[in-house]
Amino acid sequence: MKLLFSVLLFIISTCFASSQTTTVCNAGCDFTSIQTAVDSSKSGDRIFIKKGLYKESNIIIYKKSLHISGEEGTIIDTQNNGYGFSVEATDIIIKNLIIKNIEVSYTKEYAAILLFKSYDFEIENVTVENAFFGFLIQKSKDGIVHNNTISGEGKAEADSGNAIHLWHCENIKITNNDVRRMRDGIYLEFGSNSYISDNYSTENMRYGLHFMFSNENTYENNIFEANGAGVAVMFSKKIKMYNNIFKKNWGTASYGILLKEINDAELKHNIFEDNTIGINADGTNRITYTENTFKNNGYAIKVHGACYDNIYSKNNFLYNSFDLSYSGNLNSNKFENNYWSNYTGYDLDKNGIGDIPYRPVKLFSYLVNRTPESIVLLRSLFIDIIDFSEKVSPVFTPENLIDNKPLMTEVTW
Amino acid sequence: MLKILKYSFFDLMRSSWSYVYFGFYLLLGIVLLFLNNDLSKAVITLMNVIIVLVPLIGTIFGVMYYYNSKEFTELLLAQPLKRSSIFLGQYLGVAISLSMSLILGLGLPFIAYGLLMSNAIWDFSLLLIVGIFLTFIFSALAFNIALSNENKIKGFGYAILLWLFLAIIYDGLFLMSLILFEDYPLDKVSLIGTMLNPIDLSRTLILLKLDISALLGYTGAVFKQFFGTSFGLIVSFLALTLWVGLPVLRIIYKSKKKDF
Repeated sequence: MKLLFSVLLFIISTCFASSQTTTVCNAGCDFTSIQTAVDSSKSGDRIFIKKGLYKESNIIIYKKSLHISGEEGTIIDTQNNGYGFSVEATDIIIKNLIIKNIEVSYTKEYAAILLFKSYDFEIENVTVENAFFGFLIQKSKDGIVHNNTISGEGKAEADSGNAIHLWHCENIKITNNDVRRMRDGIYLEFGSNSYISDNYSTENMRYGLHFMFSNENTYENNIFEANGAGVAVMFSKKIKMYNNIFKKNWGTASYGILLKEINDAELKHNIFEDNTIGINADGTNRITYTENTFKNNGYAIKVHGACYDNIYSKNNFLYNSFDLSYSGNLNSNKFENNYWSNYTGYDLDKNGIGDIPYRPVKLFSYLVNRTPESIVLLRSLFIDIIDFSEKVSPVFTPENLIDNKPLMTEVTW
Repeated sequence: MLKILKYSFFDLMRSSWSYVYFGFYLLLGIVLLFLNNDLSKAVITLMNVIIVLVPLIGTIFGVMYYYNSKEFTELLLAQPLKRSSIFLGQYLGVAISLSMSLILGLGLPFIAYGLLMSNAIWDFSLLLIVGIFLTFIFSALAFNIALSNENKIKGFGYAILLWLFLAIIYDGLFLMSLILFEDYPLDKVSLIGTMLNPIDLSRTLILLKLDISALLGYTGAVFKQFFGTSFGLIVSFLALTLWVGLPVLRIIYKSKKKDF
């Protein structure tokens, strides 16, 4: 018993000894520079950076588990010189900091925080201003990026970076971040099993969120507004997209979502509003679109070739200029049980399902695809007449592309 | 001229056609608003009606009025009055009374519905302004046709043809030429093509405020520049004014030379 007690005491005492807190401030603390504080700490230590302006850059943390935190008003100005933090360590926490002025480079990806081969990390409440890249996370696992604000000042895609950039990462949670005026808001390349939620991504030059070769990820409850081209999901499998809002993505190549070479994905409860094109689908297979709302878009959905076995059901199509644009054959894609605000049929047996099928593709949308300028004729009497005649006997639009059971009332969820 | 305007105006106000026209718009406004609870959607439907019906009624009414009041006109011509003021007075009488029916017929139900509180008021006022422009344009064109044709049947025929051409055939030709020349840059051509037809121009003006805006991104930069700014609005209104001015000038010119 005595032995056990002494062993326990020993363990507790060593625990306390290993976790030391050092403070950093401009005068009167343990250290005045963050780098020296890092160098003289050992794994498991905490570093507390008191408020003040620190003109430091390229702070390197190598194979040390540190908990670095600041307080309100802790500002690190890298003065356009390289990285802010450059980390390769497990169990690392960086919290409550403002990092400013990251160097713009055309050859290197300078970021406020670079994590390389880091596991169990946490980045929280970090504000990055005038960023080139915000957080560059490479070959890392099991991390949390929570409650950060990243903004950039780049003018073109070439001289700006991504706010949160994941490369070869697994199991990362990205939540409650605010990213704006960057190239991509959040970018995942070869990332899997990640969870992205409650972020607000706006005014980014390219995409609000961008997936490349990233499988089995989920994103939900995010808002993507006024980005160059909304969200791009490319060459990925099993992506789940729930409860997101995509709005005001305007431009020649602007979409709410761009889907390219996507398999087995699921879109549910998303809202697409005021986009030039709501969803642009190219080479997508086995995707289910359920209970989404498309409102006031130029095109709600634009389907290009090579799409098979997609199911669109219980969606609301409200007041879009065009509900659907379609190239090629129907290819076992299915439109069923949607609500179309342009539907003019009736429901005599009162079962909530329209008695005559609805044709979502208009001849005019086919014409606008060919010559975009003909958009000036939108809603002209002549166009209504040719649309009607096409509806009666389809020549240009796919004949079997119909919603056989259009709903009479809006879907609520 | 004012006196003749007054006579024509009150003459028309007393005629049952004005009431029918007024009643039609009143009914349309009420049905649209109270059976359809989305105000901006009602504005779109109204637009469809206005850009098709207002020109038609303006043309037919103008021609009809001219031929009907021919004897009165000849009586007036015997008096020491300027010819231009006789015809302009009659023209304005027709145009103003038609516009009145339009404004009152559509305005009353919308005000009753609570338009003044809603933010669709600008869309709606634009709709009315465009409707008034169209009335003035098409009754002026109708007077031109009637002045140039003694034969009533011919006059009516031309009037209907004019409406048919501007409302439907023009768009067909326009679309065909756009598709035919799709390999060339067409931004400017299509802008000019829109300007040349008052019905197209009115439609574009209203759509700019409604649902085309999201699609603007889809077209080229010229479109965006033109339609996205107030410059486009000003040019469009100038073009509409020109469309009123030129036929009116021709009425004056033609009436001076015409042998009665």
